Amino acid sequence: MSTTASNPKDLKKYTDPKTPAGKAADYLDQRTSIGVAVKEFARKVFPDHWSFMLGEIALFSFVVLLITGVFLALFFQPSMALVRWEGDLPQLHGQLMSAAFASTLDLSFEVRGGLLMRQIHHWSALIFMASIVVHMLRVFFTGAFRKPRELNWLVGMTLMILGLAAGFSGYSLPDDVLSGNGLRITDGVVKSIPIIGSYMSYFIFGGEFPGEHIVARLFTVHILLVPGLILALIGLHLFLMVLHKHTQYPGGGRTDKNVVGFPAFPVYVAKMGGNFFFIFGVLALMGATLSINSVWNYGPYDPSPVSAGAQPDWYMLFLEGSLRLMPGQAEIVTWGDFTLSLNVLIPAVVIPGLLFTFLLAYPFLEAKVTGDRREHHVLDRPRNVPVRTGLGVAFLTAFVILALAGSNDLIATHFHLSINAITWVFRVLLFVGPWFTFQVTKRICLGLQRKDRELVLHGHESGRIVRFASGEYVEVHTPLSDQERWLRVNYEATRPLELAPAADARGVKRKGYASEKRWHQLSRFFYEDRVEPVTPTELAAAHTTHDALAAADERGGELATASSHSADLER
Amino acid sequence: MKALAARRHHRAAPVVLLLMALLAVGGVYAAFAPSPAQAATASTADIETGKKLFQANCATCHGPSAEGTDIAPSLVGVGAAAVDFQVSTGRMPMAMDGPQAPAKPPQMNEEQTAALAAYVASLGAGPAIPTDDQVDPTQGDAAEGMALFRTNCAMCHNAVGAGGALSSGKAAPSLMNTSDRNIFQAMETGPGPMPVFNDAVITAEGKRDIIAFLTEQDKGSAGGNPLGGLGPVAEGLWAWVLGLAVMIGGAVWIGAKSS
Repeated sequence: MSTTASNPKDLKKYTDPKTPAGKAADYLDQRTSIGVAVKEFARKVFPDHWSFMLGEIALFSFVVLLITGVFLALFFQPSMALVRWEGDLPQLHGQLMSAAFASTLDLSFEVRGGLLMRQIHHWSALIFMASIVVHMLRVFFTGAFRKPRELNWLVGMTLMILGLAAGFSGYSLPDDVLSGNGLRITDGVVKSIPIIGSYMSYFIFGGEFPGEHIVARLFTVHILLVPGLILALIGLHLFLMVLHKHTQYPGGGRTDKNVVGFPAFPVYVAKMGGNFFFIFGVLALMGATLSINSVWNYGPYDPSPVSAGAQPDWYMLFLEGSLRLMPGQAEIVTWGDFTLSLNVLIPAVVIPGLLFTFLLAYPFLEAKVTGDRREHHVLDRPRNVPVRTGLGVAFLTAFVILALAGSNDLIATHFHLSINAITWVFRVLLFVGPWFTFQVTKRICLGLQRKDRELVLHGHESGRIVRFASGEYVEVHTPLSDQERWLRVNYEATRPLELAPAADARGVKRKGYASEKRWHQLSRFFYEDRVEPVTPTELAAAHTTHDALAAADERGGELATASSHSADLER
Repeated sequence: MKALAARRHHRAAPVVLLLMALLAVGGVYAAFAPSPAQAATASTADIETGKKLFQANCATCHGPSAEGTDIAPSLVGVGAAAVDFQVSTGRMPMAMDGPQAPAKPPQMNEEQTAALAAYVASLGAGPAIPTDDQVDPTQGDAAEGMALFRTNCAMCHNAVGAGGALSSGKAAPSLMNTSDRNIFQAMETGPGPMPVFNDAVITAEGKRDIIAFLTEQDKGSAGGNPLGGLGPVAEGLWAWVLGLAVMIGGAVWIGAKSS
């Protein structure tokens, strides 16, 4: 210490940065102390698994959406003023249309690279929503929404809903026939809301549909309001992810109190960078080779025409399907000539409301019926929580059936079926399908758990048959490795909540018993059927018999064939 | 001549000769080939042949003198255009009963079709087979055609004519491989569930404009592969099975890279 103190210049020789990058970093650090944050993040440990990159697909396609969206906004005119288009396309040359549609055509045919940007933007939007759904499935089926991450689940849900809003508002901007049809459905849905519906519709469209304001309004929503909110919530989403630390898959040495993985720098910085360019590349390739939303085929919006095969983008297809499945008879005219359009209200408001409420409420519901207040950082294997996995698959089934119902006309033409028959099949399947897939999934999960028990207790089948001196044949099993065993035994089979008696010790009826009983019933639905993990005692007991077998083998029990592992036999 | 003789044995000579021969044969054929039968002047012989063909192939359902039965309509007054459309696209004679007659490889050749058309046309006045001029897309206005198509056709046949579903197994077929003549005839005669678009609804020029619009569609999409022209469902399917699948594949690949 004395030497350094006596001659600080010597020390500077070693500590001063020499490379240009080092000098720049030092300059920045001396003024912002950013080194502290960089050090903290660079050393942050993340667990390694490909499925943790699904959310990244959403993040990076959003970045691509921002980049291409800025380009599009430079050329698009959010105006419904009527203009005559004098562009080159023969089928639209000289036609009257809104400035919004005309500028979309100019953007596609006159601006260099404009159509490519439009198509990349649209493909990115489809992929953005698809990756959000896949990311949510990963989080749901592995139980990553459990404490302390319930709030981040809500943030993610809100992001998904905002994604829908972004997609819908963007889809409606070009003012072509197809997007106009979508807006007309929106108008109908808003008007179906009792009492306030027609006022809401006039408020949204600035008068009777379609009016002259909706494109300009949706433009503000699409380029300012929604992306701003999405950006802010992505920030919160990632902040909470860092704060909670990332969850990890179960395995040897991984507990709720540690994170096993690699540092963010350089491992994940490299992987994320690679992933970003990969995703950007795929999106650019799709935008360059696959045509999407060719608005010049649909023509300028006019409220009268609707073309066959008019559907929304895939993420809204479940709503379309819900509307297509609903029988029209549910429109009720009450006293005083008041029309209650249940035929629209139920499929377009109630059903999506139920679906979203289920997703929003699920983490809290599960916490309540589990009676668990601990933090969880190790993920569940889907098979170890059969009812949750079953419910997730049931939800997915309902969503897929609705989306297919939204494409019923294409199913009819491509598979030569009657659209009426398809619609009736889907009406029934919407109720029967989720129940059926729930039961099947739950059974498969329980079966897989039993298989795990079997494996842990008896080991892998080796194909080696041992014959004892007494003439008995036994197959020798090879025991599991420690990692394999850990994965299969290290979970909790939650038991249903205990229900305290209806009356207390003095025979007085307890308050709140009825509510407790209901929760107890729900808890039993979740956890009544379960497969307990193998306990150390059971394992030890199983080993005694197996060790005896192995010992017999060692003593020279006669080996018989019936094995494909001839090498084993020759040993 | 000397130069030519010197190159007699050039190795490209057979190819050049073959090309010239093909060109000559094609040219002679083009000069002398009979122009497509225009049933404007149908001979009585044609009508007689047509009658025999009708009685052998169509009378079971349409009745011995085309007066119609319980299972098939009368053909008196449907005109040559209707017969030409139904028979040249293979819809008639029907192979089996169904929600509607599907297009299939035609059973009658051109002469037989013309004879049948002449016979049915002789039963009562109806729309005639259009002339080449009437269905020439180069004389139509694609922009007018698109506007007409959008308001009259797209609700069943889809915005670009890719086809669409109708009730109870019926369907509006794709127009992508339909000939200009058949498109014109379909509008005039309204086959199957399709309404008739006579000249009071869409003028003859309008019909030609529609054909011009549909011909524009054959030139392909500016944006790349049109994915069948089916719209957002097809796009969504590709986003999942191609886009997202490749990206998840990429995630697995990058995730598997040694850390």
